[in-house]
Amino acid sequence: MPVQYRGIKAEHQAVREHAGLFDVSHMGELFIQGAEAVGAVNALVTNDVTQLEVGQALYTVCCNEEGGILDDLIVYRIAPDRILVVCNASNREKIAGHFETHLSDSVSFEDASDRMALLALQGPEAAAVLAGAGADPALTELTSFRVAEGKVGDVAALAARTGYTGEDGFELFCEGRDAPGLWRRILEAGETHGIQPVGLGARDTLRLEAKLALYGNDIDETTHPYEAGLGWVVKLDAGDFVGRAALAAIKEAGITRKLVGFEMTGRGIARHGYPIVADGAAVGTVTSGSPGPTVGRNIGLGYVPKGLSRVGTALGIEIRGKVVDAVVVRTPFYKR
Amino acid sequence: MATFPRDLGYTREHEWARVEGDVIRVGITAYAVEQLGDVTLVDMPAPGEDVQAHERFGDIESVKTVSELFAPVSGEIVDVNADLESSPELVNEGPYEDGWLITIRPSDQGELDGLMDAAKYEEYLGTLDG
Repeated sequence: MPVQYRGIKAEHQAVREHAGLFDVSHMGELFIQGAEAVGAVNALVTNDVTQLEVGQALYTVCCNEEGGILDDLIVYRIAPDRILVVCNASNREKIAGHFETHLSDSVSFEDASDRMALLALQGPEAAAVLAGAGADPALTELTSFRVAEGKVGDVAALAARTGYTGEDGFELFCEGRDAPGLWRRILEAGETHGIQPVGLGARDTLRLEAKLALYGNDIDETTHPYEAGLGWVVKLDAGDFVGRAALAAIKEAGITRKLVGFEMTGRGIARHGYPIVADGAAVGTVTSGSPGPTVGRNIGLGYVPKGLSRVGTALGIEIRGKVVDAVVVRTPFYKR
Repeated sequence: MATFPRDLGYTREHEWARVEGDVIRVGITAYAVEQLGDVTLVDMPAPGEDVQAHERFGDIESVKTVSELFAPVSGEIVDVNADLESSPELVNEGPYEDGWLITIRPSDQGELDGLMDAAKYEEYLGTLDG
């Protein structure tokens, strides 16, 4: 996946206003199959997989015993006994290993990442483009966080109404050999809609405006879901899972820091790793930051002490030795 | 493909310099613009400040990244392109025209001889790719 095709701003805008197509085949696809697949996966993630109907997906995190985040995942129940887990490329080996270690022998496990491709079609005109590309109505009529198998023209695909941009859209899994044909078919169908191929740069600005966490930036093994604003994916009452005891204790004790969104009120752009300061002292670190092309402001995320996390709190961002003013704002920065 | 006017001098840090009477106009090359993508902020010193050849005088930010700006020659800053404060995209639209950065009154005219001409710069770029 290139950083950009035509330019980050143009690609970003195409997704917000029309449609964009991403080749995110680097993502990991893990299949868990067997009569006990649902329970087996539920024991490894924080969200409640037992409530998933066939054809439904959910967002979750997977934690270690200490409650640190190993990865964030989307779990798809594609059949009564078949679960697809999509993990980040950078964590694929770690998560595949973690699953293989913890899954019981009663289920089978397949890391299909090498043979499967993943294209994300995102934007307000995504459904129209997908229909134009010859997709089955069963795919184009999916509602949010629903998944179904079908065909896009002559290509067999697993389609889900999910994404990482803050827009409506689809993620389309197919065999790697079918991906170039599917890519061309969608771009052709999208031409009259103003579709653009979209690279990594706009993927990052789109997800940041929507305050979707990026693993390795905003969340990692040193962060836990409560301070990351992901407490809503932790279901302590949905049976035991790896990290449950630690997370219950963290919840009981209360969080000490929090991931907040901020915008620059002074002239400057916050970047990953820059110090956050208040009253002359370092109080945290920027985890993500860039211009927000749609919101028209320079925005960012970072961890600050709980006492500095309220909307309206003045912060400073240290940019190459100079402190520039910022303020905590409500998130997401952009909501469609 | 980026273009490189014949009448400019170039640095290894991808700045260009144009002699205009007793001052040197400075900007970044089309190659640098291609590498940066959409420019969103240019941070530069005030007129009157001194700069040193091949030392940082400011920063340029695109959506994706931040890069340092280096002076092609030593001297005093005469003028700064104030239009870039509200319209940083001018750097993308015309890096050799409206997207210029600063003008410098050089303290050592001899430093100009150390700049690459367009052909040498293109040759140099060839060593960077691949």
